[in-house]
Amino acid sequence: MFSTVLDVVITGLIMGGIYALIAVGLSLQYGVGRVLNVSHGEFIMVGAFATWSLYTLFGLSPLLSLVICGPVLFVIGFLIHRTLFQYLRDKSESIGAFADSSLLAFFGLLFIIQNLALLIWKADIRGYTYLDSSVSILDAVFAVNRLVALLFAVVISLAFYLFLTRTRLGKAIRAAAEDPATAQVMGVNIHRVLAICFGLGALMAGFAGPLISMIYEIQPTMGLEYTIIAIIVVVLGGLGSITGSLIGGFILGLIGSTVTYFDAGLSLIAYYVIFILLLLIKPTGIFGK
Amino acid sequence: MDRAAVVFKKPFSLGLLLLILIVLITLPLYVPPYLVILLTTILMYIVLTVSWTIFSGPTRYISLASAAFFGVGVYTSALVGKVLPLPLVILAGSLFSFILAICVGLLTLRLRGMYFIIFTFSISELIRNFLLWWETTMTGTVGRWVVMVDHKVVYYVILVIFILALLTAYLIRRSRLGLALRSIGEQEEAATHIGINATMVKTITFAISAFFMGATGAIMATKWKYIDPRIAFDPLLSFLPVLMAIFGGTGQLYGPVFGAAIFAYLEEILTTRFPYYYMLLFGSILIIVILFLPHGIVGLVQKWWKGGLGRRNATS
Repeated sequence: MFSTVLDVVITGLIMGGIYALIAVGLSLQYGVGRVLNVSHGEFIMVGAFATWSLYTLFGLSPLLSLVICGPVLFVIGFLIHRTLFQYLRDKSESIGAFADSSLLAFFGLLFIIQNLALLIWKADIRGYTYLDSSVSILDAVFAVNRLVALLFAVVISLAFYLFLTRTRLGKAIRAAAEDPATAQVMGVNIHRVLAICFGLGALMAGFAGPLISMIYEIQPTMGLEYTIIAIIVVVLGGLGSITGSLIGGFILGLIGSTVTYFDAGLSLIAYYVIFILLLLIKPTGIFGK
Repeated sequence: MDRAAVVFKKPFSLGLLLLILIVLITLPLYVPPYLVILLTTILMYIVLTVSWTIFSGPTRYISLASAAFFGVGVYTSALVGKVLPLPLVILAGSLFSFILAICVGLLTLRLRGMYFIIFTFSISELIRNFLLWWETTMTGTVGRWVVMVDHKVVYYVILVIFILALLTAYLIRRSRLGLALRSIGEQEEAATHIGINATMVKTITFAISAFFMGATGAIMATKWKYIDPRIAFDPLLSFLPVLMAIFGGTGQLYGPVFGAAIFAYLEEILTTRFPYYYMLLFGSILIIVILFLPHGIVGLVQKWWKGGLGRRNATS
């Protein structure tokens, strides 16, 4: 009995760690730029497949790929925002119009990235084994790779949180999120900050992708599911709140592992039900004002 | 715009419409069956896009629930297709979608912008996932067979739905309801202040648009023969109408029609041979349209038209 509970809890924390990681990225992009990046999952998918390719072709450790994928995706994200979305933002009449048009542009991006991946990697489900020896914690058995993924997810999320709260750039970002116009007057280069935020979101996706590929099966169409989970977590924690997303990720992970324990097919349904109820009862999220 | 031009244009455009209608009605008599089937699919996308625009065009509430309403129609057709005659099956499909839309509409009263978009998307994904789970664990078989109907019958039914949807869209645009919808889209608070019952107006229009989507689903199911939740509630069916409408331009009634017709034709000729390239092209066109053609191709054509004919009048 106890080992079952422990099993469900640790599995939930592992899922939660990944969810938190992908949600903080999306939350930052939404909180500062007011853009809902529905192609977030595609960035994760690209990270996962790059890791898979590097591992199966050159035997490169996924944890090393993580260090490569993150920064590469950061640069790509930065450039996409600097060109496409900056242009769109300058052209839009209002922030509401920008939110709508950018959402559609993200759908375009989603189709482009996903189908490029389908052309490169084909539609098959992929996976590899890495660090798959097992350890037992109080009678419950876990694969080492899952625990390593959890550790990395927690460390990266915490580092990211500290970066936002303690550093000069982090403060500029939060100022821009609070009030873009005033931040600009105070000498914050808003376009650069927005692009950096978007890049940071992509960076988180670039970290999450390799971790996901270590422990789950991957395929080029997996992106949307992760995007949806990230959106649910972000709404759960309150739109734009980084702390909320971190905690929300773990809450959703624990719910997911509990539901999966009873019936694996119901977990996605449970997420949607929670999400719909949340939107109806308290759309500002559990930590929202 | 001066009145004389409008009066002069009217008999001409009416005649043109009548001509198109006659061509569409007599088409199955002299073209090969595959063209009729191609046209059926194109009409399906046009109906979905026009119905989407009925609600989302003027109000600017972007709905991603089209797949839900379409899928409800498909499933109704699969469930009652064997026992009821075809017109009743289609009516049942539309009514179930209509009722679902009223429920969704009443639930989402407080949601706007981003929240509304993701809510509508979640509703259709919830239904799809629930049905998949239900069929795998409860009934044990995923998917159903649908009673087949002759392709010409399918064509004529979808043609009738198309005409009705277009007529409804036209009448709503011209009515007080259309005016109310536009004022909600401009500034919802101001609209409620001048006495518009925004809740009722939004819900009813949402349900009308769902009605046609349900009808389309019910008839298309008979063309597909086999259906399962993944086909019936395909999320692409939620995205495509949005993209086709915006590609065509939602400012005019014929914008979505052209947008859907062009895209559906491209899809039909490209998907079977180069599915990934089609979606790649699709994504690229979408971004280009968003960046450079905010009013769609119809907006672009109008700009050229104005630029060529009445540069002096175009200063406003």
